[in-house]
Amino acid sequence: MERRVHDRGGWPEAGPIDQAEHVYTMWERRTDAIRGVLGAKRLIRTDELRRTVESLDLTQYEQLSYYERWIVAIEVLLIEKGLLTREEIDRKMEEWVTCRNS
Amino acid sequence: MAAKFKPGDKVQVRVGSPPGHFRTPAYIQGKTGVIEVLHGAFPNPESLAHGGDGLPKQCLYLVRFDQTHLWQQYPTTIKDKLLIDIYEHWLESA
Repeated sequence: MERRVHDRGGWPEAGPIDQAEHVYTMWERRTDAIRGVLGAKRLIRTDELRRTVESLDLTQYEQLSYYERWIVAIEVLLIEKGLLTREEIDRKMEEWVTCRNS
Repeated sequence: MAAKFKPGDKVQVRVGSPPGHFRTPAYIQGKTGVIEVLHGAFPNPESLAHGGDGLPKQCLYLVRFDQTHLWQQYPTTIKDKLLIDIYEHWLESA
């Protein structure tokens, strides 16, 4: 059986789980809120978000934090569903960078 | 829809890794347990994950397993159980 990247129960040499709590940063809270809004508006389902997070390759999955995986998955889904284009997202990102640097 | 299993029935979890999203972790696949509770029928998450309507609904069960059956290193003197939700299409009679 092919073991999926997120399927960590009994993962070889996984080591103990880090159970330390941390204070959520503003961007993590925003990510959670964005997902909540997209869910309430029936634009993205929990199962779709999971499918997309679970499709990340091993390297990417392990490099990203929990909410970074959500951000990547939300972006993939918004493009997949035709709600935003890659160009629109990239353009908005550039605007923010320009604003912050001016 | 009619449930295939009832509490007390012995079941074995199917082995598989279909493309897309499914909720049957690797460590439980192929293992034998006992139906604890029938939760009811719910839209199939494997369909919902790909924009489908989730129909037909699938019966969802709470299934009980001996921890010693799941993990080789588990101390055999401990009678711990694992309770996990599994959809009907992942179960067969054992």
